[in-house]
This record gives sequence, structure tokens and C-alpha cells, in this order.
Amino acid sequence: MAPSLHVRVALGVKAPDGVSGFELDVEFEVPPGVTVLFGPSGAGKSRTLGCIAGIVRPSRGRIALGDEAWFDGKVTCPIHRRRAAYVFQSLALFPHMAAEYNVEYGIARDVPSHERRARAIKMLERMHVPHLVGRKPRTFSGGEAQRVALARAFAMHPRVLLLDEPFSALDSKTKTALLAEARERIAEAKIPTILVTHDHGEARALGERVLFMELGRIIRTADVSDPALSSPKLVAAERAGEDRS
Amino acid sequence: MELEPLLLSFEVAAAAMLLSAFIGIGVAALLANVKFPGRDLVDVIFTAPIVMPPTVLGYYVLVVLGRKSVIGHAWESVFGSSIVFTKTGAIVAAVIGALPLVVKTVRTALEETDPTLVLAARTLGATPLRAFATIQLPLAYRGVVAALMLAFARSLGDFGVTLMVAGDIPGVTRTAALAIYDMIQAHREDDALVMIVTLTLTVGVLLYVVGKLTARNRET
Repeated sequence: MAPSLHVRVALGVKAPDGVSGFELDVEFEVPPGVTVLFGPSGAGKSRTLGCIAGIVRPSRGRIALGDEAWFDGKVTCPIHRRRAAYVFQSLALFPHMAAEYNVEYGIARDVPSHERRARAIKMLERMHVPHLVGRKPRTFSGGEAQRVALARAFAMHPRVLLLDEPFSALDSKTKTALLAEARERIAEAKIPTILVTHDHGEARALGERVLFMELGRIIRTADVSDPALSSPKLVAAERAGEDRS
Repeated sequence: MELEPLLLSFEVAAAAMLLSAFIGIGVAALLANVKFPGRDLVDVIFTAPIVMPPTVLGYYVLVVLGRKSVIGHAWESVFGSSIVFTKTGAIVAAVIGALPLVVKTVRTALEETDPTLVLAARTLGATPLRAFATIQLPLAYRGVVAALMLAFARSLGDFGVTLMVAGDIPGVTRTAALAIYDMIQAHREDDALVMIVTLTLTVGVLLYVVGKLTARNRET
């Protein structure tokens, strides 16, 4: 059984205007399987993922995978040693590399080169895009680019998978197909996975548990079957009620 | 027709281009990617040669690399000849002029690459050096090539610092820029013409290509 990811981070977040902002202050546990960070834009979801990946430094807190501390104020595990695959909203495919080189990039360097290439091509086949071998990202469709980004994330055999709204730009048909494939791959990997989204359809299709976020706080933890998922206003109303009582 | 100064200029410019690329890309990468105390000072040091009088620059080089300096003395004991008033001195003088152009141009090109791509590389297990070498630098290649061309063009025409540091020794340090000056002083304009035209055409073509490269860089 893969270890759980423990996250407790605090960080001052400035709004784009540079004046207003909020304090990101969250604590949660991510067991193997998909946990959804659900909430409106600007809630601090992507910032939380950044802290886990190591690309944003929290001002305090603790991030640990099982017993291995990635951050605890003193210890900071470098980004490249965490093996936390991050699928960015922009996908961040390397534009100067063909599909197989993109996928191969994250495979450990001690694996022989021909084996890395074979693994990359196999992963592209599993993601149903073997025809992209030899082609660069500018020639991919939106769905193909998404598949290559996911293939790249899975090929590195990550210990944690972080999905930052990677399906947001897809049409509904492509999204449905891709979500099903992603669910299959994630089930195989059996690792702590976080999906950041504000789309309840995505959350339901992939997620097992949902953390509702608003202005840097987790305001509710629920199962994906929670009706509040399709009605974020309900959560806000409930919270307002709790605040008054 | 005297071609020796012209050939020496191309030789010095090629060596200076390679040396300034080696140093300049490293400095540009540091300035673009690493926040460290004194970063602004390093930026100023590598920008100053653009605006500083060549005589002042030449003086500093003589102080740091002259025969009585520690570096100059050590160099002489290892290689048997001094840095100053040799071809090596001419190359050093050209590097001093070319470095700011390399650092500025490469730094801009590196800073224009999408930072998310570098972060993606890091999350995929790349060390900072590997992410730089395989992602950031290749994506900034147009700027790097433009910087090398500028370095070559600048080195080809260096006059002041070369004169101060390497002198004007025929067959040793007398580059085309110095030879043209000597010929004009001696009213031998016709002899200077071949070198003037060659330098003008070379620099013109290089700057045209640099313009094309940097324009495409801005478009992408």
C-alpha cells in the first residue's frame, strides 16, 4: 500500500492587484486514490499543489509522504527528488521535443536509454496516441496534448500525482473519454492523487473524496456523492449558517 | 594588399566569441535564474563595458592581467609568455567588449522562456542544471545564436581596449581595426579600403541575421 500524503501549509497569498489577498492555511491527508480540491478560482487550490510539488515554498507547515518529510520548515526536499508528477493547466509540454521525448523525460536516468524510449512509446500506446511518435506538441490537438501530458506523468512512476485543472480546455466528448482513461491509469498506480478543479463533473468522474476550498481554507470535506458538489452555493450557505451560530 | 590584419581580426573574433559565450551564458543563466546577494552588482559589472571609456577598461585589464599582477605572473610562469601585448591580450580585450552583449542578449532570451516549462522539468525529476541545459537553453537558442553573432561582430571591430592591452604590433596584435587607423594616418586610404569594405559587409550581414533571429524570438 502506497503511503498517504500529509499536507499542512500556511502561506500569505497576494491577489493579482498586489494589495488584497488572503492567508492560505490548510491541513489534510491524501490517501492513495483521488482527492479533489474543489472551489472557485483564487481559492488557493493551485498554490496548495505548488507547495506539495515544491515549486512554492510555504511560510510554515509540514508536507510528508508517509514518514518522509518533504517540508517541515527546516527540511526542504528538492523538487526533483519528490517524484510528484504535476500536470499543469497549460500542460507544459516541451515544444522542442517530440511526444516520445516528452514522455521519456521523467523516466529515471539510470534506466538505459533504449529502455526509456520503449517505455515512453508503450505509455503513448496505452494513452491511445502512438501515432504522435516523432511529432512535436504544436501539431497535437487539445485531446492529444492532454493524453501526452498524462502519459508523461505516469511514465515517471510518480509517488504522488497532482492534476491542476488539466481537463478544463477540452470539449465534453473528449473530456469524458479522457477522464475514463485517467481513472483507469490512476487506479493502476494506486498513489495519492490530487485533482484541482471547479467542475463538479470532473470531480465526480475522477474523485473519491472532495475538499471544498474557499479563500485559502478547507470549508468542508465530503464524499463525491455529496449534493453540495453540484451546488457550491449550498456549501457557502451552510458555512454562513455555521458562522452565525 | 595586406590581408594579415584582417585574418588576425577574424581569428581573434572567433576565439573571443567562444570565450565570451562560455562565460556569458553562465553569467546570464545565474542572473536570470538565481536570486543571490550582489546580483545587481554583477549585472552592473557585466554591463559597464558598454558605456565605459576603452582607456579605463584597458587600464583595469592591465592592472588585473599585467605582468606584475598575480594572474599575469602566474600565466607567464605556466605558458612562458605574458597575456598583455600578445594575441592572447587581443582576445581578452575583445572578450571584454563582447561579454556585455552576450550576457544581456542571452539573459533576455532565457527570461522570455516559459517558466512553467522549467518547473515541469523539475517536477519530472530534472536537477536545475539539467532543466537549464535541456529545456531553457534550447528554447532560448535564437537569442543565444544572436548573442554569439553580436559577440563576433563586436570583437571584429574592437579598437581602444585592444590598443591598450595588446598594443599595435604588426603580425602579432595588429588587427584590422588598428591597421585601418595606421593606414589612414599614413594617407594610405586605398590600402585600407579592402579591410573597411570587408568589415562593413561582415558586420552588416551579422546584424541583419541578429535582427531576424531576435524578431522571430519575439513572435514565438
